[in-house]
Amino acid sequence: MSVTPRRWLFELALGARMSVAGGGAGWVRLSLIAAGVGLGVAVLLGAATVPAALGASNARIDTRVIETSHDLPAADDTLLTGHVTTTYEGTSISGELLRPEGSHPPLPPGVSRLPGPGQMVASPALARMLAEPGSGLLRERWDAEVVGVIGAEGLSGPAELFFYLGTDKLSPPGAGRIDEFGTSGAHEAVPMAVLLILAGMVVLLIPVLVFMAGAVRFGDRTRNRRLAALRLAGSDIAMTRRIAAGETLIGALLGLLVGGLLWAGGILLAHRYGTGPLSFYPADLRPVPLLAAAIVVAVPVAAVLVTLTAMRRVVAEPLGVTRMSTPTRRRFWWRLLPSALGIVLLWPLFEGGSSGVEFQIAGGMALLLIGVALLLPWLVEAVVDRLRGGSPAWELAVRRLQLDSGTAVRAVSGIAVSVAGVLAMQGLVTGIESQVTEPSTTAAVRYDAEIFPETTLPTGVWARALAATPGVREVTEGRHLSVALDPGDPVAMEQLRNTAAGLDPQAYVWTTNNDAARNALAGLRDTLLAGTTALLLLIGASMIINIAEQLRERRRALAVLAAFGTPHRTLRASILYQVTVPVALGMLLAITVGTGLAAMLQLAVSAPLRVDWLGIGTTSGIGVLVVLGTTAAGLPLLRSLTSPGNLRTE
Amino acid sequence: MSVGFALLGLLENGPRHGYDLKRSYDKAFGRDRALHYGQVYTTMARLLKNGFVEVESEPGEGPERKRYAITDAGVTDVREWLARPEKPEPYLQSTLYTKVVLALMTGRDAAEVLDTQRAEHLRLMRVLTKRKTEGDFADELICDHALFHLEADLRWLELAAARLDRLATTLRP
Amino acid sequence: MADQPLLAADDVHLSFGETRALQGASLQVYAGEIVALMGPSGSGKSSLLHCLAGILAPDAGSVRYGDRDLAQMTDSCRSALRRGEFGFVFQFGQLVPELTCAENVALPLRLAGTRRREAHRKAAVWLERLEVADVAGKRPGQVSGGQGQRVAVARALVTRPKVIFADEPTGALDSLNGELVLKLLVSAVRETGAAVVLVTHEVRVAAYGDREVVVRDGRIRERELAR
Ligand SMILES: Nc1ncnc2c1ncn2[C@@H]1O[C@H](COP(=O)(O)OP(=O)(O)O)[C@@H](O)[C@H]1O
Ligand SMILES: [Mg+2]
Repeated sequence: MSVTPRRWLFELALGARMSVAGGGAGWVRLSLIAAGVGLGVAVLLGAATVPAALGASNARIDTRVIETSHDLPAADDTLLTGHVTTTYEGTSISGELLRPEGSHPPLPPGVSRLPGPGQMVASPALARMLAEPGSGLLRERWDAEVVGVIGAEGLSGPAELFFYLGTDKLSPPGAGRIDEFGTSGAHEAVPMAVLLILAGMVVLLIPVLVFMAGAVRFGDRTRNRRLAALRLAGSDIAMTRRIAAGETLIGALLGLLVGGLLWAGGILLAHRYGTGPLSFYPADLRPVPLLAAAIVVAVPVAAVLVTLTAMRRVVAEPLGVTRMSTPTRRRFWWRLLPSALGIVLLWPLFEGGSSGVEFQIAGGMALLLIGVALLLPWLVEAVVDRLRGGSPAWELAVRRLQLDSGTAVRAVSGIAVSVAGVLAMQGLVTGIESQVTEPSTTAAVRYDAEIFPETTLPTGVWARALAATPGVREVTEGRHLSVALDPGDPVAMEQLRNTAAGLDPQAYVWTTNNDAARNALAGLRDTLLAGTTALLLLIGASMIINIAEQLRERRRALAVLAAFGTPHRTLRASILYQVTVPVALGMLLAITVGTGLAAMLQLAVSAPLRVDWLGIGTTSGIGVLVVLGTTAAGLPLLRSLTSPGNLRTE
Repeated sequence: MSVGFALLGLLENGPRHGYDLKRSYDKAFGRDRALHYGQVYTTMARLLKNGFVEVESEPGEGPERKRYAITDAGVTDVREWLARPEKPEPYLQSTLYTKVVLALMTGRDAAEVLDTQRAEHLRLMRVLTKRKTEGDFADELICDHALFHLEADLRWLELAAARLDRLATTLRP
Repeated sequence: MADQPLLAADDVHLSFGETRALQGASLQVYAGEIVALMGPSGSGKSSLLHCLAGILAPDAGSVRYGDRDLAQMTDSCRSALRRGEFGFVFQFGQLVPELTCAENVALPLRLAGTRRREAHRKAAVWLERLEVADVAGKRPGQVSGGQGQRVAVARALVTRPKVIFADEPTGALDSLNGELVLKLLVSAVRETGAAVVLVTHEVRVAAYGDREVVVRDGRIRERELAR
């Protein structure tokens, strides 16, 4: 029986060989499959890495957490602490004030010696920032001497901006007393951030998976013809399956390799450019081993399964591909199931809450997006079947789509899903943004900042000191202090923060234009948009392949059309329509679902409902670009295919 | 009938004895029906009488001392025969075959023979086709029978044309 | 028969790289006649047909349609000519697979600007004429080879062209279907008065023509017979 495995190996290898036997076209197809699968693998590996990385960095933060206790009496081993947050040129910096009460105070992790009054131990990133020649205003804020750097074990990541500042001014009740750093308790999650991260992952992951599923079917028709020929030549069903599996397998394995490389590149980039809470040490960035193993096994298996499902008709019928018979109609009801289930899962949002059910909501989003990918083929078929008449170019395009919309739609579903996801995310981000930057509506004068002191210093002292700060125009005393700044002074805000920090490092300076939050959100949005654009480019490439394949398949009919005098314009227009119809329908579905999802997410964070016209415009614009680009790329081929040489019958 | 033209044609490559002539004829045309000596001599006698050949006698006795040579009139006669299409009718192949081979052996263009014959065949076929399309069912059947036979002749001629090169190498001395 | 030929190729040369497909072919086609182009495979029949139809431009020599030189016309003019005055039937695979048979037949009319309803009405007439009215709503992939060829003939005739170019129109058919296609084609052109350039290597097919022209090695060996 040792013959069987060897036969199988031969058949798999035959498939692998055949996948590149097509010359240039074969290689293009293989590299597209590898790129598609690679992208998917990279994103999956990333998704498997994020929890591990967050876990590692959270575990370190847990060791420095300050849990104050009112019952704790002052002792030789106690420490008074006060939390400080500030913003410098849009980046958040945080730290702890430390004042030992005896000779054996606890040491925070990563620190070997407590800083004395006027001294500071900073994270390497903050130390670098302080040492920069342009950072005078930041140095002035605490006016402290940096006497050491915090070790990796006490930081969330290499780019964290964090410090411990020694002081002698701190006293209860403004300060908390501890006798050790760290906590044993669980972390308290920030619901909005978790929701954002989960939603972002879903939005990137689902289109990639959809794209991956489509990628392994690149060049389907050529391959099906090849396999049908094998069937005719006497290969049985099981053999044909194994040969096809071999073809896909080589692409999937290459994809794994590409994915691994992309992921490693991503890790390097994350290490190099990760900022704030999203910076990690390389050691943190190890995917959860079980998940990584699952990816390595599941991706090739899934690829082979997709191939086998796609070719079941060919296998059943050796002549299946040579004769174009009416394809079976797509059924609606089961395609609706995931979307329906998704809406059910998203139901808590309507009740106005999302905390505690983030994963359920992420699951709901994922199902809705998958629903888009499933509904689109049905939608296109249903719409196209009802289209009639029109110019000859339109008729040619519509009839083509009626005959086979599957290939076109497969490429478009990736676009639709990512556009829907991006719109949802954009909506969410815009919603949060509008909340964060809501201007103070009650004040008669427009103030730029409000200061909430933490100490008992009289507000009169505060007001005088603030008024004396360069760049400050007006100070109003109240329960807190409202400050208007000179709009002409670019550093007024930083000077104000310095004065506040000098009086009370713990004072909370609230600015009406919340730079830090806004920058973080904008960053998130940019990342999302960049990811989507890259994805759309890749999808565009796959659509070009798809169009090229369709054109080649019809070379004879095209040459005849040209021979009997069909104007080139008509043929061009027909290609344009043929690409436009599915893309337009896909965008329509995507915009509907995406905007609906955005509305739900906005409800979840109780932001005002807002339609993201900019997002709709941008993504539709990208859709138009994809259509035009794909059509344009098909034209040279069209020209060569309509040459009379293709009339030859040999 | 065609035997006379064949023997005449064979002489175009040079004078020969009667015995030689019979051997050449049998090799080229006499697949299933070799020529009798008697037939050679009666045919040659007729050609001699018509002035298409002349006899060069060598010293000595017996029929083997006679060598036949073709006259100018003979050459003209062969050329005219080759250029004249046969009346299209079934079972022409021996005559057509003789013509093609002879054209080849005498260095003439055999394709010309084929084209000439095809034109003649087609002329009849067009008439038959016309009758067929205008006539009734019986006409159609009868005409089809004739058409298929004529087509078979021509198909065979086409094939022969396609094999000219191979024929040429086997037939040329 | 008019003295001036409808279509005339004069000393046409055409090469595909090293291959010399036509080496000085000359041919006249008169209005309303059916000319069979015969000759062995690779002799240049299709190439000559393509040159005559203005699909290929000769390297040297001229092709005249009426008093116009095809080489002097712009590509869009030639396309318009092919759309309006010429019709084409090829061996197979010429119908647009996505369109129904009726739409295929209506296509040349629609390309020439006829309204959809009118085009389909005319298409229906021709489908009826070629005895394939029953497949009007089917796609080419769903009909037999003989039916497909008759649909193609209907498409070639629907614009009432002056010349029909048929390149091995029965090449992929059995005798019975081939005869049927030819009979219908010939009787239709006899009625519309179109000339036909019929490329074939079958004498039985050529016998439907008025005269035959033999192409050998890219040249014509014409034996025009008195009609
Ligand atoms: N598009 C082409 N590219 C290269 N060679 C061609 C092309 N079309 C025809 N030929 C060559 O030109 C010659 C004549 O071809 P063609 O006109 O198709 O012959 P026929 O139709 O008589 O069989 C052949 O040798 C053929 O191989
Ligand atoms: Mg040809």
